[in-house]
Amino acid sequence: MEKSKRKFKINNISLFITVVLFVLMFLFGSVKYDNFFSISTFLNLFNDNAYLMIAGIGVTFVLITGGIDISISSTIAFTGVFSAYLLQKGVPAFAVIVIVLAIGILVGSVQGALIHYFKLQPFIVTLAGQFLMRGLCVVISEASIPISSPFFKFMALGKISIKLGGAKAAGGKIYYYVFIFLAVLLVSVYVLKYTRFGRSLYALGGNETSAELMGLNVAKAKIGAYAISSFCAALSGVVFSFYTLAGYGLQNMGMELDALSSAVIGGTLLSGGVGTAVGTTIGAMIQGIIQTIVTYQNLNTWWTKVTIAALLCFFIVIQRFIAIRAEKMKGKGAS
Amino acid sequence: MKEKWKKLSQKQAFWPVMIFLIILLFNGITTKGAFFSFSIVDGHLYGRIIDIFRNGSKLMILAAGMTMVLATGGTDISVGSVMAISGAIACSIVKGNLLPGVNGNVAVAVVLAILAGIACGLWNGFLVAKVKIQPIVATMILLVAGRGIAQLITGGKIVTVTSETYYFINGGYLLGLTFPLFIVIFLVGILILFVRRTSFGISLESVGCNPKASRFAGIQVDKMLLAIYTISGAFAAVAGLIESSGIKGADCNNAGLNIELDAILAVAIGGTNLMGGRFSIPASLAGALIVQSITTTVLAQGVPAAYIRVLKAALIVIICLSQSREFKGMIASYKAKKRKVEAE
Repeated sequence: MEKSKRKFKINNISLFITVVLFVLMFLFGSVKYDNFFSISTFLNLFNDNAYLMIAGIGVTFVLITGGIDISISSTIAFTGVFSAYLLQKGVPAFAVIVIVLAIGILVGSVQGALIHYFKLQPFIVTLAGQFLMRGLCVVISEASIPISSPFFKFMALGKISIKLGGAKAAGGKIYYYVFIFLAVLLVSVYVLKYTRFGRSLYALGGNETSAELMGLNVAKAKIGAYAISSFCAALSGVVFSFYTLAGYGLQNMGMELDALSSAVIGGTLLSGGVGTAVGTTIGAMIQGIIQTIVTYQNLNTWWTKVTIAALLCFFIVIQRFIAIRAEKMKGKGAS
Repeated sequence: MKEKWKKLSQKQAFWPVMIFLIILLFNGITTKGAFFSFSIVDGHLYGRIIDIFRNGSKLMILAAGMTMVLATGGTDISVGSVMAISGAIACSIVKGNLLPGVNGNVAVAVVLAILAGIACGLWNGFLVAKVKIQPIVATMILLVAGRGIAQLITGGKIVTVTSETYYFINGGYLLGLTFPLFIVIFLVGILILFVRRTSFGISLESVGCNPKASRFAGIQVDKMLLAIYTISGAFAAVAGLIESSGIKGADCNNAGLNIELDAILAVAIGGTNLMGGRFSIPASLAGALIVQSITTTVLAQGVPAAYIRVLKAALIVIICLSQSREFKGMIASYKAKKRKVEAE
């Protein structure tokens, strides 16, 4: 009983710091810049980062099992290029989305199967996946393909205006595709918390051998996690092509790191066993706000990368210290 | 003779070298011998094969460092970013943007760039050995931040340099041979001597197989990891110098982009187990040459460059499968079943 309490605490400290940090950053921006403090700034975090949040939530599933997936940015780019290509060929938008999502699931399942059945390192397998998808992008088209499908345009431009009063700061807008992210978030929270599958992911991340001995279906959990990760990446690719209305093979280079950072900043333990979809969302929001501040400050955009890396480092080190302390306490409890 | 042949063919580097030769032969046949032609202009040797060695020099240096990292069961994906940092520092100094006091002295630039690489390596090693973060995550921090740092050094611009001395690093010739080759021989020579003539190599394999047991056996695992990541960082810095000298400037966005994947592929082709353990630096060098010659071949055959990535992805998976114990077991049981059926 006490042990589970402590685990809860570990999870919470990271997330707590993250939330505090987010509030502090928002306050900092609001004090420093005019027009920063508004609902619109807050909503834009979702409008501009919905695709990152979706991908980040997907990767969280894999991280919870103690694995890693660095193929997602390529999957996103591939989804964008392939759907643009199919749309250009006259395939209806609905069919296109179904096809690319199915490809996402397929890619993830194959990666998961290689990792599980042949005990290959997740990092190497997903690295190969990254090469493959990025290569296929350029095989399909080296140039950027514009999307002119009415449905995609509708999703790209459709938005809901929100007004909470007369003041300028009280207004804002949400694009339709943000609701896709909300759906992903809700489903993920439910799956991770209340389903057998979700609980087995945590068990797997805690200790694979024990999970197997307890009779959990490790193969299903592991392959499922990678399939979900790639599925979310494909969905994120669809959202991203709503956002940009084009498919381009070199898009989102290195975005897997942003997704991983969102998860880690949001309290996911890289050693597995701990992580939440809500945390990852907040992690992505922090990255969004860093980007907003960097833009307001008119700095070199590379500052965003450096700041995020510093933050990532900070959180990983915190995780280590928490883990070391937990180990020590465990040792004390035994003696 | 037969005995000798058997001994030779059992070396880890044997098959990679053979594959490299076969690829060269394939090129020679498809180009009707033009591939093997050498020409001597101004006392310098020119030819396709020389090009492979010159263009592959960066990869060979990285692969040598990466071999040791992978042998410990770790990985260093920050090498591309370290290359960008080293190029940025060197070019900024040579141009006079950084440390204008030294008047663009190339020697100072080279030394400082390599020191920066060592610093990056120490940082990675510190995170892995002392803070005990998984290697892929620890080096990922520098992978993300490294390019940003390089951009901040150059002020977000591509710094071009005009210095014949600096161009020499990539374009120079010594004794008729291209200069990067000498850098490779020098660095890798020292490394191999250090690894194979001292107990370092054996301890390294032991750490890769079982870090805990190695620690109990009295090996200072932490110091070893620190040293290995530092070497990898320093080597990456040298590769960065060659790259920036080759394009005559520092391009922080593209210098060494994705090269970490090529380096890992090279080591895998060399037969070093990516889970840690047995390793061979010469085999990795052959692996690096294979990766480079595949690139050259594919381009020479008129296949779009895009397919190279797909090909490399397939290669990584196949090699890893062939190393996987589970896969070998599966094949073995399949064969046994077949034999049984035949016997019946």
